[in-house]
Amino acid sequence: MNAETYEPYMRGGRPIYHLPEEPHHPDGHSTMLGFWIYLMSDCLIFAVLFATYAVSSHSFAGGPGPHELFELPLVALNTAMLLFSSITYGFAMLVMDQGKKGATLAWLGVTALFGLSFLGIELYEFHTLITEGATPESSAFLSAFFTLVGTHGLHVTFGLIWMATLMVQVSSRGLIAANKRRLMCLSMFWHFLDVVWIGVFTFVYLMGSIQ
Amino acid sequence: MNSAQSHSAAESSHGHDHHEETPHGSLKGYLIGFVLSVVLTAIPFSLVMTGAISDASATAVIILGIAVVQILVHMIYFLHMNVKLENGWSMMALIFTVIFVFITLAGSIWVMHNMNANMMPQMTQQAMANMSG
Repeated sequence: MNAETYEPYMRGGRPIYHLPEEPHHPDGHSTMLGFWIYLMSDCLIFAVLFATYAVSSHSFAGGPGPHELFELPLVALNTAMLLFSSITYGFAMLVMDQGKKGATLAWLGVTALFGLSFLGIELYEFHTLITEGATPESSAFLSAFFTLVGTHGLHVTFGLIWMATLMVQVSSRGLIAANKRRLMCLSMFWHFLDVVWIGVFTFVYLMGSIQ
Repeated sequence: MNSAQSHSAAESSHGHDHHEETPHGSLKGYLIGFVLSVVLTAIPFSLVMTGAISDASATAVIILGIAVVQILVHMIYFLHMNVKLENGWSMMALIFTVIFVFITLAGSIWVMHNMNANMMPQMTQQAMANMSG
C-alpha cells in the first residue's frame, strides 16, 4: 500500500462509518462513576432542602419551635441506628470480597434491621409531632422540617427495598459480578444517606435545640 | 441449569479479566471510621444535651466544625473517596457539588437574611396583625 494514499477511515475511496473492531468496554465498567454522579445530583436536592429549612426555620407562625418539639435522646438513638447500619454494610462488603454468600446475606440482613429501626423511630417521632398538633401545614418551619427529614426517610425506605431485592438476587444467583456491582452501588447509596444524616442531626436537631 | 451455570461462570471470569480498581475497604479502615464517627457524634450531642458551653454561637460553630470533620471521615473510610478514583472524575464531581451546595446554602441564607433585615419595621407579622385588627 502506498503511504501517500493510505487513509485509515476510508476503504476503496468510501468512508467507513462503522469500525469493524469497536473498542471493547467490559460490562458495567462505568456504572460506579455514573452512580456517583447520580449521588452528587441527589446531594443538590438535599442542598436545596437544607437551604429552604435554613431560611424558614425561624418562621413559627405562632406555633411550637424546636425547643418544644425535638427530643434529642430519640435523635441520638436514631443516629446510632444509622451509624451501626453503616458499619454492618461495610462488613457485608468485606465478606462479599471473600466470596462468602451466606455471610454477605447475614450482614445485609443485620443492616436492613438497623435501617428498619431507624425508619420506625422516625415514623414514631413524626406520629408524636402530628398528634401534638405540630403538623407540616402549621408553620413554614414545620413544612421545611417534614420535607427535609421526610425526603431523607424516603431515601432510606427505597434503600431498604433495594436491599431486600438484592438479598433475593444474591440468594438465587449467588455473588456473580453483576450482583457484586449492584451491592457496591447500594453501598455508596447507603453510606451517602448516612452522610446526609450528619447534616440533618447537626443542622436541624442540634442547632435547633441551642437557639 | 447447565446454561445458567456456564453463564455465571463466564460472567465471573469476565469480571476478573477486566478487574477495575474498585474501592475496597479493609476491616481496619471500617473500624477506624466507625470509632471516629461514634466519637464525632457523641461530642456534639453531649455538648448540646448537657449545655457544657453556655455561649450558643460558640457551641454552634463547634458542632458545625465537628460535622464537617465527620463528613470527611465518612467520605474517606466508608465511601472510599480518593483523588485517583475513576481517573479523578469522582473527585471532580464531588468538588463541583461542594461548590454548588455552598453557593445554594450561603446564597439563600445571605439573601433571605438581608431581606428580613431590610424589611420596614411596620411590616413585621405583629404589626400587620395590629393593622388588620
